[in-house]
Amino acid sequence: MQITCPWCGPRPVEEFTYGGDATKTRPKTPDTAGRERWMDFVFYRENVAGPHEEYWQHVGGCRAWLIAERDTTTHAFGRVALARPAATDEP
Amino acid sequence: MWREPEPKKAYDIVIVGGGGHGLATAYYLAKNHGLTNVAVLEKGYLGNGNIGRNTTIVRSNYLCPENIGFYEHSLKLWEGLSRDLNYNVMLSQRGALHVFHTPAQRDVAVRRGNALRLRGVDAVLLNARQVKTLAPLVDCSSEARFPVLGGLLQPRGGSVRHDAVAWGFARAADARGVDVIQNCEVTGFDIANGRVQGVQTTRGAIKAKKVGIVVAGRSSQVARMAGLKLPIESHVLQCFVTEPIKPVLDVVVMFGGGAHLSIVQSDKGGLVFNGDLDGYNSYAQRGNLAVVDGAASAAVSFMPRLSRLRLLRHWGGINDMTMDGSPIMTRTPVQGLYFNGGWCYGGFKATPASGWTFAHLIANDAPHELAAGYTLSRFETGRVVNENGAGPAPGRH
Repeated sequence: MQITCPWCGPRPVEEFTYGGDATKTRPKTPDTAGRERWMDFVFYRENVAGPHEEYWQHVGGCRAWLIAERDTTTHAFGRVALARPAATDEP
Repeated sequence: MWREPEPKKAYDIVIVGGGGHGLATAYYLAKNHGLTNVAVLEKGYLGNGNIGRNTTIVRSNYLCPENIGFYEHSLKLWEGLSRDLNYNVMLSQRGALHVFHTPAQRDVAVRRGNALRLRGVDAVLLNARQVKTLAPLVDCSSEARFPVLGGLLQPRGGSVRHDAVAWGFARAADARGVDVIQNCEVTGFDIANGRVQGVQTTRGAIKAKKVGIVVAGRSSQVARMAGLKLPIESHVLQCFVTEPIKPVLDVVVMFGGGAHLSIVQSDKGGLVFNGDLDGYNSYAQRGNLAVVDGAASAAVSFMPRLSRLRLLRHWGGINDMTMDGSPIMTRTPVQGLYFNGGWCYGGFKATPASGWTFAHLIANDAPHELAAGYTLSRFETGRVVNENGAGPAPGRH
């Protein structure tokens, strides 16, 4: 398996750490989000068989967090993008 | 061995999944509860899934109270299983040894050993010299990459011929009247008024008053067909076997040097071992070479004399990894529909007790006391059963 890092190009998967399902969102209002909402965020996963949107961090390279699409039945990677748009030099 | 019946139009109980746990469930439904109008539906052939893909180890030396009782019951069932099934599952209680390498690990081992002995489970603390005597292959010298301080031994632990477990349960369930139906994939659930009515399969609709889902590796997909979402991720775990050699290791050994590694010598002479999870969601039943390399390196640093052996085969199995590392056995919001899965790495050794307690749950619509800690509601209340204290990260257990 190779992941094409937007900064570093194609690199072996051993350079990356898996960060799990990228579709889960943390409750925006932690204090008022109910138990159901927290339970869903912390524990429950779609666990799809097929294209899966997931976090990877390039810990052995540029250390950027990425969001990749990967098929969990074949391990083939699709689109790989920065998890957060890159900061620019402009003020 | 067993009949090849055509599926009937209706059963009292349908078990989805003809793996070890499904077959054991059907067997104990018949034996313990007198329920024999039961079908086990298997999408492939018997022995094709994780029952034939594990490293054959049985032991009950867990730490959490919910797990100790359950796995000890399982080990006791293993001890009588060949006689019970009238089929030799080749249980070999050669001992299961967890080796430790640091004082902190020794403290944990002592705590675990004491917890086990308080519950009547066998546990013996060994020093490095005793480890050396028991398993001469282990490098107990001061030069070892992870010097050995000692080990926690469960003398009653050991190994079972895994395929024989599938065949033995299938044959014994069949003899009691259970229909074991292969090449019959469930494609949907019939649910009306909040109650299960039956299943749709590749061989037609089958009515059922109660349905149990036991489909390790595919739990999320099958449960979703019934509208359920689970705290499970599917991960691939790779296992390996070396070329066969003469007997060199008559104890099951677990390495403690920072990697998952269990080694057992099979009756054919091959050394069977497993590594860490590959670490990402997968349904592919195969993994990456780096993990092969890591597991082999760990094995060689632990037992240097293995370095000249060649790997004969390696394979991957899909593990239902739950968010707390413990299994889920539960009723569901659908009346008459029950779920059993999420066994992480513990599924094989759990097979008889899983069948025993799941049969109880289905027959009585109430959890067995030994599996009462495994219900789905623990994720809502926060009373998780987290053996490693690893947090809600399924790849870390």
